[in-house]
Amino acid sequence: MLKSRVIPCLDVKDGRVVKGVNFVDLRDAGDPVESAIAYDSAGADELCFLDITASHEKRGTILDVVRRTAEACFMPLTVGGGVRSLEDIRQLLLAGADKISINSAAVADRKIVSDGAEKFGSQCIVVAIDAKNVAPDEWEIFTHGGRNSTGIDAVDYAKDVVARGAGEILLTSMDRDGTGKGFDIDLTRAISDAVHVPVIASGGVGTLDHLVEGVRDGHAAAVLAASIFHFGTYTIAEAKTHMRRAGLHVRNPAEADR
Amino acid sequence: MSVAIVDYGSGNLHSAHKALERAAREIGNGMDIRLTRDPDDLRDAERIVLPGVGAFADCRRGLDAVDGMVEELNKAVLQDGKPFLGICVGMQLMATRGLEHQETEGLGWIPGDVVAIEPDDPSLKIPHMGWNTLEVQRDHKLLEGIPTGENGLHAYFVHSFHLKPTSPDLMIAETDHGGALTAVVGRDNLVGTQFHPEKSQTLGLALLRNFLRWRP
Repeated sequence: MLKSRVIPCLDVKDGRVVKGVNFVDLRDAGDPVESAIAYDSAGADELCFLDITASHEKRGTILDVVRRTAEACFMPLTVGGGVRSLEDIRQLLLAGADKISINSAAVADRKIVSDGAEKFGSQCIVVAIDAKNVAPDEWEIFTHGGRNSTGIDAVDYAKDVVARGAGEILLTSMDRDGTGKGFDIDLTRAISDAVHVPVIASGGVGTLDHLVEGVRDGHAAAVLAASIFHFGTYTIAEAKTHMRRAGLHVRNPAEADR
Repeated sequence: MSVAIVDYGSGNLHSAHKALERAAREIGNGMDIRLTRDPDDLRDAERIVLPGVGAFADCRRGLDAVDGMVEELNKAVLQDGKPFLGICVGMQLMATRGLEHQETEGLGWIPGDVVAIEPDDPSLKIPHMGWNTLEVQRDHKLLEGIPTGENGLHAYFVHSFHLKPTSPDLMIAETDHGGALTAVVGRDNLVGTQFHPEKSQTLGLALLRNFLRWRP
């Protein structure tokens, strides 16, 4: 049986981890590769790098990070942040990323989704959706970290990008992101039930119950969290044990302990 | 001793290359693991790996675009009997034909078609993406020493199509996603995995070590 995935996400700026990664035995918590190796052996199911490098000249640093990660970690890696063109996608895939997450570029022109899926396959095209609740059971796409409204309905958009070939949706609630109050479950379920591809729930995880809710109530195929793992509040193993006790099907983290 | 990984422009060769290098180091074997677009390298290689991600037809076109590669693959694998591992679409290419988007001829080494996954439970997601267990149908050196079954190790899958061999004898392991899906196929010196061993942590590295030691 296919297992629900637990995905830690690392914000990377100029080749360094932005939020602290609090693991024992980590020599350099600021090195994304060191953090990736630690999550790999801790039993994370996938890893996500979000590149928040602002300057275009320093964009190459993420390629080096991805390359070094792929040399050391034999687990799936999704990379997003600032992906604007097919050439950006190609370079990240060649460096060793498995999936590429596209956000603003897809909102600006959805053709990048169809072109990317056609050229590289749906399996590697993840569309990241940042949504805010604007009315009961209504969510709108926002860009630029939630600052810019687009007037686009999130459920309609999700259906459209999937029809264009997106293989997965990375769904973040801008209302919940950083609050620790848990996923926007209504949003997660609305999108998960509207599309046939897996949906990764993101934004708002503060407790292990939130992870359970994302899968059980939000119908997400995977749950993504940053702070609770980076700051050492919970380990991947604790998260998996908690989910298993709640009756969910997860992969045993001890599998990766070699 | 060398292993040739066939480079035909398909993505993520880097990971397959690094994982095979790691597996070779772990068994203390100084093998030369080489990414190559040169059919001559297949002649010199002891083992051959065909990776692949993306669409069947696209990968087939990519393979055909490398001058002389398909001929040399056929010779190395069918005549010379070199151990061969296909990964993901590289495994699907072993089939008679692929039915993704359009009908495309495969290499024809494993009689069968590559067809869309149709789970019996419509709420199940496609692509079949993530970690799943293996149900062994037939003992094979590739899976030797690897715990399988519901309580066994997991493999990382990401695919919307799978290879349905015409004969059950060709099926080595299945996985379940609203019905049985092909996970490992093989015959003689040929073997292929639908999942990505280079992304499957413990199970993946164990399988690659087995492949490097395999004497069919």
